[in-house]
Amino acid sequence: MSGNAPAPALTILGRQTAMELRLSLRRGESLLLTLVIPLVLLAFFSAVKVDGAGVQFLVPGVLALAVMSTAFTGQAIATGFERSYGVLARLGTTPLTRPVLLTAKTLGVVAVEVVQAALLVGLGYVLGWHPHGNPAPALLLLVLGTAAFSGLGLLMAGTLRAEGTLAAANGVYLVLLLLGGIVFPLTALPHVVRSIAQQLPAAALSHGLRASLGQGSLPGHDVLVLAVWAVAGIALAARSFRWQA
Amino acid sequence: MTVRVRGLVKAYGSLRAVDGLDLDAAAGAVTAVLGPNGAGKTSTVEICEGLRTADGGEVAVLGLRPGSRALRHRVGVMPQQPGGYPGARCAEMLRLVASYFADPLDPAALLDRLGLTEVARTSFRRLSGGQRQRLSLAMAVVGRPEVVFLDEPTAGLDVQARAETWQLVRDLRAEGACVLLTTHDMGEATELADHVVVVDHGRVRAAGTVAELTAGAGSVRFRSTPGLDTGRLAVAGARVSEPEPGRYVVTAATVSPALVADVTAWAAAQGAMPDDLQVGRDLEDVFLELTGRDLRA
Repeated sequence: MSGNAPAPALTILGRQTAMELRLSLRRGESLLLTLVIPLVLLAFFSAVKVDGAGVQFLVPGVLALAVMSTAFTGQAIATGFERSYGVLARLGTTPLTRPVLLTAKTLGVVAVEVVQAALLVGLGYVLGWHPHGNPAPALLLLVLGTAAFSGLGLLMAGTLRAEGTLAAANGVYLVLLLLGGIVFPLTALPHVVRSIAQQLPAAALSHGLRASLGQGSLPGHDVLVLAVWAVAGIALAARSFRWQA
Repeated sequence: MTVRVRGLVKAYGSLRAVDGLDLDAAAGAVTAVLGPNGAGKTSTVEICEGLRTADGGEVAVLGLRPGSRALRHRVGVMPQQPGGYPGARCAEMLRLVASYFADPLDPAALLDRLGLTEVARTSFRRLSGGQRQRLSLAMAVVGRPEVVFLDEPTAGLDVQARAETWQLVRDLRAEGACVLLTTHDMGEATELADHVVVVDHGRVRAAGTVAELTAGAGSVRFRSTPGLDTGRLAVAGARVSEPEPGRYVVTAATVSPALVADVTAWAAAQGAMPDDLQVGRDLEDVFLELTGRDLRA
């Protein structure tokens, strides 16, 4: 027996990313969370007109929610079940390396986010949204937000049982939806709650996107909050992730 | 040696699951690690696969550290838990693993051979335990590995699937692969293994070919009415036991025609028919002698 050779790393990355995407598109419950809920929230709240929360306010908010639902909630739940089904440990014995696996996961998340952004921005324009900013700071915030939420999602998926991850990821999603300045402004919250919420990644992302897409500015505090969550989340996930459930 | 293990130690808290184990597995041969539940078989093989780290000792697979990148495309692994993406279809999962290799086997042909064509489009989460296990075997061999680790490959399989699995293992051996499998099934070890390593309490109790292990003292085995009076067989040096109701084993230093006559006469005196009477010693006798007859937790 002459033995085999691994396929080129780029071929493996392509096949693995395609697999991640097909799996994402097949998860109906995750599509509800990533696509349907943000679109429905945007349409509903722009129709009912909460004070200070018109379409100019809502589009950056639901974009932040979309990032959170894909990079954090969806990725945490899917990865938690992959771990409990033993697939991650199993693929760890094949020529699929961990960097390639994690890159494929990230590309899968980014691809879903591109679809989300296209749909939400499209609906936003239909509803009369007029961005005034510069897309570059918004892009930086989206990347930082994706990194922060991915780190936290993988931290959860890599340490809790799959059922625990399912419950916790949905719970955190709800809390961050309410405390994230997503469909109503943080000013509606009591002062103490508001000052805590401003240090959380959801509010930093929605506030930062609102500033960059509304005035073209890049608020340093939001960038800092997201960067700290990203570094801490990814470092903790890398340290504690257990591939075998 | 293709797989070489020396003085392997693996501890979980205060339990030394593997306690100074030595093992060799050669190319072109099937090596079976045989032992009762909790003997340390899976820990040993998972360390060889790179899924677990050892607490002591040396392990080399093709001269390399287990799990190292230079090894991944040369080794096929079938872990005890047959892992797959819950939402991936059976054929999709196998094609994915095949795509990691430059020159894999044809996934469709492999599915056909293992009787999985009918469930090729079924998602992994809906496959039965036996189907997942066969897919897992396919995933282990699709990259045409030089070394194959199979952790209890036929546990829970039906007779046909087991026979096909055994044939596949024989083919791997014929192509020159080193196959290391764990089992607690004596029949499987007898049927397949060129080399058997009996493990208990994390140590090797005996190693050799089946013929070497079963040489020596003999036994007479048969089935009959449960509860025969085992005290009444009066043959010098022979002892009757009933390891499970209705199954009798007579052990003696040598098995002579006279012993067989005495045993059948003893049964006849109690009005019992000795069914399935077998003379000689099989791997199970050796195994029970080495590992004891107590039930393990």
